[in-house]
Order: sequence, then C-alpha cells, then structure tokens
Amino acid sequence: MDETLVTTLIVNGTTVTRRVPARQHLSDFLRDELGLTGSHTACEHGACGACTVRVDGAIVRGCLMLAVQANGRKVDTIEGLSDSGEIADLQRAFHVRNALQCGFCTPGMLMAAQDLLASRPEATREEVREHLSGNYCRCTGYQAIVDAVEDVLASRRGART
Amino acid sequence: MNARAELPLHAPGTTTDKGYIGQSVPRPNAQRLLQGRGTYVDDLRFPRLAHVVFYRSPYAHARVKRLDLSKAASQPGVIAVLDGRAVADYCKPWVGVLGHLKGIKSPPQFAIAIERACWQGEAVAAIVAESRAQGEDALQHVEAEWEELPVVTDMEQALAGKVVIHPDLGDNICFKREFDTGGVDETFAKADLVVEETYDFGRHTGVTLEGRSILADYNAAEHSLTVYHSTQAPHMMQDVFSRHLDIPEANVRVICKDVGGSFGIKVHVYPDEMATAAISVMLRRPVKFVADRLESFLTDIHAREHKARVRIACTKEGRILAFDLWDLTAIGPYSVYPRTSGIEGNQVVNLTGGPYKHKLYRAQMNVVFTNKNVTCQYRAVGHPIAVAVTEGIVDLAAEKLGIDPAEFRRRNLIPDDAYPYTFASGIKFEQLSHHKSLDKLLALMGYENLRAEQADLRQRGVHRGIGLAAMIEVTNPSPSFYGVGGARISAQDGATLRLEPTGMVTCISSVTEQGQGAEGAFAQIAASAVGVTLDKVRVITGDTGVTPYGGGTWASRGAGIGGEAVLQAGRALRSNILDVAAHILNADGGELDIVGNEIVNRLTLESKLPLAELGRIAYFRPDTLPMKFQSELTVTRHYTPREYGFTFTNGIQACHVEVDVETGFVKLLKHWCVEDCGTVINPMLVDEQIRGGVVQGIGAALYEECLYSAEGQLLNGSLADYLVPMAAEMPDIVVAHIETPTRQSDLGAKGTGEAGTAGAPGAVMNAINDALRPFKARVTAQPFTPQRVLQALGKV
Repeated sequence: MDETLVTTLIVNGTTVTRRVPARQHLSDFLRDELGLTGSHTACEHGACGACTVRVDGAIVRGCLMLAVQANGRKVDTIEGLSDSGEIADLQRAFHVRNALQCGFCTPGMLMAAQDLLASRPEATREEVREHLSGNYCRCTGYQAIVDAVEDVLASRRGART
Repeated sequence: MNARAELPLHAPGTTTDKGYIGQSVPRPNAQRLLQGRGTYVDDLRFPRLAHVVFYRSPYAHARVKRLDLSKAASQPGVIAVLDGRAVADYCKPWVGVLGHLKGIKSPPQFAIAIERACWQGEAVAAIVAESRAQGEDALQHVEAEWEELPVVTDMEQALAGKVVIHPDLGDNICFKREFDTGGVDETFAKADLVVEETYDFGRHTGVTLEGRSILADYNAAEHSLTVYHSTQAPHMMQDVFSRHLDIPEANVRVICKDVGGSFGIKVHVYPDEMATAAISVMLRRPVKFVADRLESFLTDIHAREHKARVRIACTKEGRILAFDLWDLTAIGPYSVYPRTSGIEGNQVVNLTGGPYKHKLYRAQMNVVFTNKNVTCQYRAVGHPIAVAVTEGIVDLAAEKLGIDPAEFRRRNLIPDDAYPYTFASGIKFEQLSHHKSLDKLLALMGYENLRAEQADLRQRGVHRGIGLAAMIEVTNPSPSFYGVGGARISAQDGATLRLEPTGMVTCISSVTEQGQGAEGAFAQIAASAVGVTLDKVRVITGDTGVTPYGGGTWASRGAGIGGEAVLQAGRALRSNILDVAAHILNADGGELDIVGNEIVNRLTLESKLPLAELGRIAYFRPDTLPMKFQSELTVTRHYTPREYGFTFTNGIQACHVEVDVETGFVKLLKHWCVEDCGTVINPMLVDEQIRGGVVQGIGAALYEECLYSAEGQLLNGSLADYLVPMAAEMPDIVVAHIETPTRQSDLGAKGTGEAGTAGAPGAVMNAINDALRPFKARVTAQPFTPQRVLQALGKV
C-alpha cells in the first residue's frame, strides 16, 4: 500500500529530494513534507482550485497530481511567488480591492490570475471571469477579485508601453 | 465612565472629525493571507500529533447489531479504535433545547452514536492513527452489521408521524409555534383580493472552503485542554468543552487563528469535534480532525428546507390588510446544540411580512425531525425564507391588481417617520428607512428605463425580468436571543486597548475574524478614538486565554457590538493618556488632545509630545511622575445591546435576469442592493459583505441543494455534483447605503453580514417570475433550476 519512491524536484528554486509514498498527492507533499502550507486543499477532487500551484510554468491542481509525477520538474507555490516579487502588484491590487475575505481560496486564485495575466494580457472582464471559474470563492462574490485582476491587466499593459 | 470618556470621536477643531470611520482602508491583517502565510488549523504542526477519522453510518436510520473494530485496531499506524460508549465515558451527551422556545424537544445526542445512527454520515466509531492516511486505510477494516430502521425523509410524513424517529419523544415535532393577532379570518372574508401561494426551499449548506477543523491538545499534568479551533465563538466552545469533558473552565483555552470561511457553519457543537477533544483527553496527546469535503456535505449543518404557504388580503387600492402563514421545516434527527434548530422557523414567523404596515398576522409553524443531516443557523437564518415568501406573494398581489411592484411596495412599506414601531409579529424597530431605500434603489437601477427596455425586448422574444425584494434584518442581538433561554452564549463583547511604550496601540477583542474584516474595522475605530494613525494599531482576536469574554461572530453582531466596545475602550484610553500627558507637560489635561500619534494643544494643534515619548516615560521612568499618580494605559470596556431585542436593519434588493424560455437557463444581468446598516465604518468592507452575501443567496436561488434519496442517501456530496456560484455566472452587484445610525450605541453601527443572503433569493425569484409573466408561468421551488423553469413553462 505504502510503496515509496525517491523524488527530486525544484520547489520555489530550491532542489529537494524526499522518499515519498507513491499515492501521496502534490498538495499533501508540499504541505506535510515541505511545510509549505500556503497551498490549501478544500475538495481534493479537482473542483475548487484552492490547491492550484505551478508545475513547469503551467498551473495545475495539486490534489490531482501525484508528488512522484513532479519528479524532475519545477514547482512554484504561493510562497515562492510572494518571495520573488513576481505577483507583488497582483497581491497589492487584491489588498486594495479587498479581493479576499477568509483567504483560503486566495493562493490558488492568485495562481490562476497570474496565469491569465501572463498569457492573455488583453483579456476582457468576461474572459477574466471565465478564467477564474475554476477557482471557487465563497466569501467575496468574485466582483472584487475580477476588479483587482482588471486593475493589474491595465497597469501591466501600461508598464509595457 | 468619567467625563472625558464622553468626548466625541475627535475633539472639535481637529481636521479629522471622524478619523478613519467611513473610510475604505484595506485590512491590515489581510497581508499574511495574500502570501499564503496565514495559520489555519490544518497548518499547525505538533509533536506526537495523532489524527482521528470517523467510521460513519452508511444508512439514514439503522441499529448497530455488531461493530467489530479489532481488525482496524491492528492496521499499521493505528493508535486507538473507539466506539460511542468509550467516548461517552469522557464526554457527556447534550440536548439542543432552550427555555424560551416553549415546548422544544430533542433527544440526548452523543459525540459518537451508541447503538443507533439517525442520519447517513453520523459517526459511530473513531480511529486514531499516526497519519490521516493510515486512519483512512484502517476504516476499510471496520466490520459492522446493521439492522435498517424505517426512514422518515419527507417533511409532511414526519409531521403526520406514522413513523416516529425518537419514540421516547412521542412524535416527530421538535418545536411548534402559533401566533395570532386576531381578526385575520374576518379580514380575509371581507378583503377585495386574497392571494395564496406555496413556496418550497431546498436544503443547502455553507460550503466553507476550509472544512471544519479542530486540534485538541490535552495536558494531563495540568488537567488542561488547549483547543485550536476553526470557530466563530471561542468562549461558547470553552464553556461547552469544560462542561461536557468535565474540565474546569479556567483550564480550557480555545484558540481561533485564521478561519477559512464560516457563514454560521462553525458556530455549532459538532459531535465529531467533541469526540476529537475527548480523545485528546483519553490519549493524553494532541489530536486533530479536519472534515474532508464528503464529511462536510454529510455533517456540516444544512439549512432551510421549508415549505411555506402564505396568503395575503388586500384592498383593491393595493393596501395589504393581513398576512396568514403556514410554515413547515425539517431539521434532521437532532436539534443542534446549543443554539437549537428551532431558531430558523421562529425567525420566519417573526420576520414574514416585516417591511409592511399591515396590523393583522397569523402564523403556524412546525419544526420536524427527519433522517437527514441536521440543519441549523446558516447565514441569514430564516430571512431568505421570510423575504422570499413575503416578496413573492406581494408581487403576485401587485400583478392581480395591475399595480407596478415598486409602487405596490411604496403603498405598503412602513413610513420612515413611523418609528419606533412595533410590527404585527411583535418585533420592535428603532428606526428604519424603507422609503428612502426604495427611492434610492429605483434611481440607482434606472427602474423606469429597465421597464421600458423590458417591454421593448419582449416584442423581440427576449424575456427579461426585474425582481424587487424589500427586507428587514436581525443584527446586534441582545441577550433575548439566546441568553434568556439558558444558553451560555455571551451577548456582550469586550475590547482591551493598551498603549505600548513605543506609542503603538494594541487592541484585543472578543469578536473573532472570519475574513469579514472585523479586525480591520476595529483598527479603524481604535485609531480614531485614541488619535493615532492606522499603522500604529495591532489587533488581536480569537484566544480565550487573552481576549475579554464575549460572544464572537454571528448574527451580524461583530462590528455593532464589538466595535462599540472598542470605541468606548479607545475613548477611555485617550482620556488616560491625556492624564499622563498633563503630568509630564505640567498642563491642564483639558487643553490637550491626541492627533496623529502626538499629544497636541487642543486648539492650536501645536505638537507637545510624541506618544512614543509618553510611553517611554510612563513605563520606564514613572519615577519622574508625581508620587501619587499611577498611569493606566491598559483599559477594557464592554458593550451589550439591551434596549431592543435586535437592532433591525432594512434594505431592498433588485435583480435583473434574462430567461431563456427554450432551455430554462437564467442569466443574471445585474443585481442591486441598497442597505441601511447605520454607521458605515468601512464602505469597502461593508460592500464586500453585501456582495458576498448576495452571491450566497444567488447560490441558494439557482444552484445549491443537498439532494437526498427517499432512503435518506445524500446524492451529491462532492463539489463536482453540488453546484456553487462561479465567477463567470455572477453579475456585477451595485451596492449603496442609507445611513441611519442606531441611537443605542455611540458608534451607531448595525450589522451587515447577512443582508445580502437574506434578500437575494426573493429578488431572483421575482425577477424570473417577472420574465415569465407573459407565459402565465411562475416558479416557487428553490433552487430555480432550468428543469423547474421549463416545468413552469409546461415544456417538460
């Protein structure tokens, strides 16, 4: 039942090696093995998006990926994105707009939002809403989140020109 | 309270009359959550931490014939296996009744069921293991033999009582209430118009993204228990753990760090959480339980499930004369402890018809037991039922009389100059603003233009609808809500404010932070009352070992009650600081004030002394102060609303929808809310409470329902099957305010956390029915799924 495999991956820029149970999903690995508790689990069946992290640059559900599948790959979590400053403007916009209440969905929401900001800088309000529909928030009603993402879309567009 | 504590928020002559009150400043404590550096219960790491998982009944009603835990006990990592009897030795059962709900009854409930399970998901055994995964592995090795018992899942069958779930109680009626002003039958007999309709409300639940979580840490040497708990009411839980686990209250400490959503879900006593605490005592080590999503759906309180029949009598001029209500609600097999499951039905009786000025009212309400998960107080308790029933029937009456729904409301809303006012059900309003709110809403939404557009689009086969829902909302409850019934739940809250040597102000409140922004609001009030900038305030909440005693966060009470305590403590601290300043400066305290972190001359605003310097002298060089003077730079104040049972608020919502009459899909175009929560401390936070609440109300109206089979099996216990609102489907929500401060407190704040959820379902229903009007079709059963819309249209 508890077969283990040696797994080496780069988490937030640091190489880590652990012997992990084959059945352990990436979210539990990040939280329980590495103490990176910023990624949350709320449904553990891929619906809610609270566990969203980045693997080799693409956002994935940490609860739907096994830790061993991340062997040899680069994983970025909310802690890494915070420390590198990559999403400082997005976090500031969320703060100013009060685009979070309890904060449980927020790390996953920021991951999804940053993915949109990076891949579709011209996104419309409807496209923002569509893109964030894989991340549930029970507190805000979403409007402030959409407003915050639109603010950052505009400010990043402005910064490029 | 001395004279100086009566000072206004800021002294006359200063430029910042109200300080930060009324400003949309961001919440200081949100920063950690934005970096994923909050601390939810499941983020804590403890040595020797054990994990508990529960073996739960697969049946809705069944007797345990044989329960063999021996194989489970021998699985890898298993520390203990426990049945109901073993846990009962450490945890006394409870009964969810209150004295002021006359006749309410419920059987004793155990932390882990003994012999009989009464709903699918009720825990009948616990397995404690070194990891959650090992515990779940061991669950597969529990051997149980069951004898299925007759199941009651239908409310009306429960009321009829052919099968009685708890034979000792005699019938399935947990609680009933009848109310009658008299004169109802005579008035209906003579009325120009009588309309009647029956409304059905599905069960739904809060779906807090963070599941219920508890980590209990018993210290055998001290006979003390520290509980890290995702809760809304730490002091209530301290009392409950103390009494049911037989540990002196002073030895129980409840710590509530970050909470991942609550909405009323986390204000109740849950058997599996009580079992977790008991097991920590039994095993003398820390034990954690975190509900997974299936467990959340099976055991987090559900809410609503009402069938309500309502009639109103009107004159042909459109004046409402009387309301007549019959309500039936099912609560599962137990009334939930300690708040009871009788409150929601009770509120429906209190609130139905509440915005209107009719004098005659009759209600009959029954709360019945069924073999489904328990229901209890979830955001807006009873209001969504009362508002939808009231506003649905009011719209129907307006339609029958050919009167515009906005105009019909204008003719019947209680006038703004009629207060104080006692409504037909007996509830008392201090001061409401229905007409101002209606006028503001109609202007905000461009009502006339929307009506013109609607008529125009109908010609082209586009079916849009506009729905209004006026509402009243219970906030700032007095002790009459729970305390008078014998519940050991504080109606009072307290705040301690301390000036630190550095000039910082620490504010410690008994109200908890659930993400609503209570800590941010308290920082604003504290900064304003003391005279410091916002960055100089730190707020601490959620620890019974640290904070004043208080009720916590529920019933839209945090800002109004906890905020007033902060205000009074802030004024007292400012007064005490000025006493110290007067001695240091050898000045008359009356000439001094605090502005921008400095002692200043009250009239000239000339800077006299930084607070950091005052703090240094008061704490480290008090030898330089007069011999008989002792500075008091820590003060505590409390507040309890007592003048009214509740500080009612009012508001009105509007919803604009487009119904696809071919598919039954409802598209939300826009939603508006005008609300009067008295003094608005932080407009942004208030608006966000309203918006979040509206979306939870929309969820109830359109998507969310806990579906059960006739056998009492939950059919949709996952987030793939139970639909919650997502970003793409939600409309933009426009929020505006009328501010009528309550005169009961100096702060003047009423509550706002539940208003959105209270009114949205009624507004959505009326909007859909407005769109369907040309087809003479109406929907009355929530959630209004495409199937139900098509059924109303006669297409399926």
